[in-house]
Amino acid sequence: MKKESKINLFDLDRVLEILQVFLTNPFRTFLSGLGVGWGLFMIVVTVGASNGLENGVTSEMGGRVKNSMFLWSRMTSMPYKGFKRGRRFEFNNSDTEFLRENATSIKLVAPRNQLGGHRGSNNVTRGTKSGAFNVYGDVPGYIEIDPVKILSGRYLNQGDIDNERKIAVIGKRVLELLYDKEIEPIGSSIQIQGVIFSVVGVYSTYKTGEDAEEDNQSIFIPYTTFGKSFHTNNEVGWYSLLMDENVHADTSAAEVMSLLKQRKSVHPDDKRAMGSWSMASEFEEVESLFAAFRLISFIFGGLALLAGAIGIMNIMLITVRERTKELGIRRAMGATPLTVMRQIMSETIFLTTLSGLMGVSFGVASLEGVNHLLESMGGSGGSFRNPEVSLYTVLIALGVMLVMGVIAGILPAVRAIAIRPVEAIRTE
Amino acid sequence: MEWYLRGVIKLNNIGKSYVTGSQKLEVLKGLSCNIKKGEMVAIMGSSGSGKSTLLNILGLLDSFDSGDYLLSGESMSGLNERAAAKYRSKLLGFVFQSFNLIGFKTALENVALPLYYQSIPRKKRNVIAMDYLKKVGLEDWASHLPNQMSGGQKQRVAIARALVAQPKVILADEPTGALDSVTSSDVMTLLREINADGITMIIVTHEHDIAALCDRTIHLVDGLIDLS
Repeated sequence: MKKESKINLFDLDRVLEILQVFLTNPFRTFLSGLGVGWGLFMIVVTVGASNGLENGVTSEMGGRVKNSMFLWSRMTSMPYKGFKRGRRFEFNNSDTEFLRENATSIKLVAPRNQLGGHRGSNNVTRGTKSGAFNVYGDVPGYIEIDPVKILSGRYLNQGDIDNERKIAVIGKRVLELLYDKEIEPIGSSIQIQGVIFSVVGVYSTYKTGEDAEEDNQSIFIPYTTFGKSFHTNNEVGWYSLLMDENVHADTSAAEVMSLLKQRKSVHPDDKRAMGSWSMASEFEEVESLFAAFRLISFIFGGLALLAGAIGIMNIMLITVRERTKELGIRRAMGATPLTVMRQIMSETIFLTTLSGLMGVSFGVASLEGVNHLLESMGGSGGSFRNPEVSLYTVLIALGVMLVMGVIAGILPAVRAIAIRPVEAIRTE
Repeated sequence: MEWYLRGVIKLNNIGKSYVTGSQKLEVLKGLSCNIKKGEMVAIMGSSGSGKSTLLNILGLLDSFDSGDYLLSGESMSGLNERAAAKYRSKLLGFVFQSFNLIGFKTALENVALPLYYQSIPRKKRNVIAMDYLKKVGLEDWASHLPNQMSGGQKQRVAIARALVAQPKVILADEPTGALDSVTSSDVMTLLREINADGITMIIVTHEHDIAALCDRTIHLVDGLIDLS
């Protein structure tokens, strides 16, 4: 009798015993497990899908630094200090110096200028080949704001700025369009609107989708050289800014704006005089959207799980009733109430776990299938890529399910031990 | 005095009543008797005389209200379910009219079931169970399910199951009630053989020729032993 307490939880005998019971009515076992399986399947698939969407959107943003901000001048919409409304104004290099000195929430100021642009005319030639590309005048720090991958050569440096060197860093697509294969681009020269630049580097973007195409067809030249060569002189097209991560994007944007408004004699309440776009607020929006997605999938998946667990409890209650005689016989053969209770609990938990694992497996398999499909379609599914669930998510879901299994087992188990052997084996 | 000490079962003034709604039904009214080790006793009585209740009390399947029951020298008063299960598994074997085999288990698994509840390892359990199946002549039917067997075979499986834990007492409730006369006599022969090995046998029956095969008969009338 001492031996009884030694039976461990994962006794092979008990597993076989449970399997035998389940296999007496496999269809019903399957149906009752379906609910829980479905619940976990839903959790895995919906969480995976929202992760996929998130991965897609994040990769479209291409690792662009989160605390970056873009700022440009527009037209005033309010009269101020003797100026009429509707005044156009531009930023210039002295504004750049002013920002560098006065804006405390800015880590890096990158003034930018652009030539050509979306579907512009051919502006860059090399020998007989030509193409329409975006040409940017930039400072070396810009690579920190919008990183690119240098494939060969180098990026812009401070010497280029100081000496107004006529050098260019070209995108991968520019290389493909202007150069024959096997020609070394580094050290070669190209003409940008008639001005000769020597190529010092080739890069490719980290982004995906349309943004990537645009990025790879761009050319970076030193900011100072740009001003000289294309007569923008003192003017700044727009600012790319790297902000202090510890200051909220909205706060730092407000600081920069108010400084510039004051300097450019713009009414402090004029909201339309300057345009800005910050990665952080974009990110926040996207992040909160996905957090909501995840929450919703957990809530609905959890509800599906709960329904599944109730289903299992229901079936177990019916089963216990049907097995009154069998359980009575077991009692007469020496099964203690504890043994019977343990049997019913194990059956419930086993069924819940098994069907839950099946649900998870099918869910993960579905995600993998979608993944495979996306990859075979060229690796890019637009805003959807790499649907996945973390092991952590799966473990939490399984944990919740296990707890539900235990709860679902309690009532049937209590019913089962309430059966007295004499009632059970009474001859009808 | 000696027979008292040798008595494997001693009932002293056992009372048992059932309450159904507002009515109280007294089934056993202070019943006393002794059954000696190795005896084969028949319990007879008309329906409602309390013989099934008596058997359930003897088998620790049901509780009693008053009196005392000594089984193998130990008092069975006020047992909880756990203790009752322990005594059942150690001391008692059951044979029922409707066999009460578990339908989804093979003959061998059914016989091995009491050993399972004594935590005997699977292999050892199956070897022992097979021995007892041999004893009742059903070794070839070990892997059959109950519904693939005849009534007599089923009862022999049930007898093997009752024997497998080497009980001191076997309680049989109408063991031949569902069997034809030829099979009945086979089963009775088997029970007699088992009894000859020293196991006390208590058989509830309403058939006189079955009772006649036992050492003595206890007649129950209205919850008391009829001594006339």
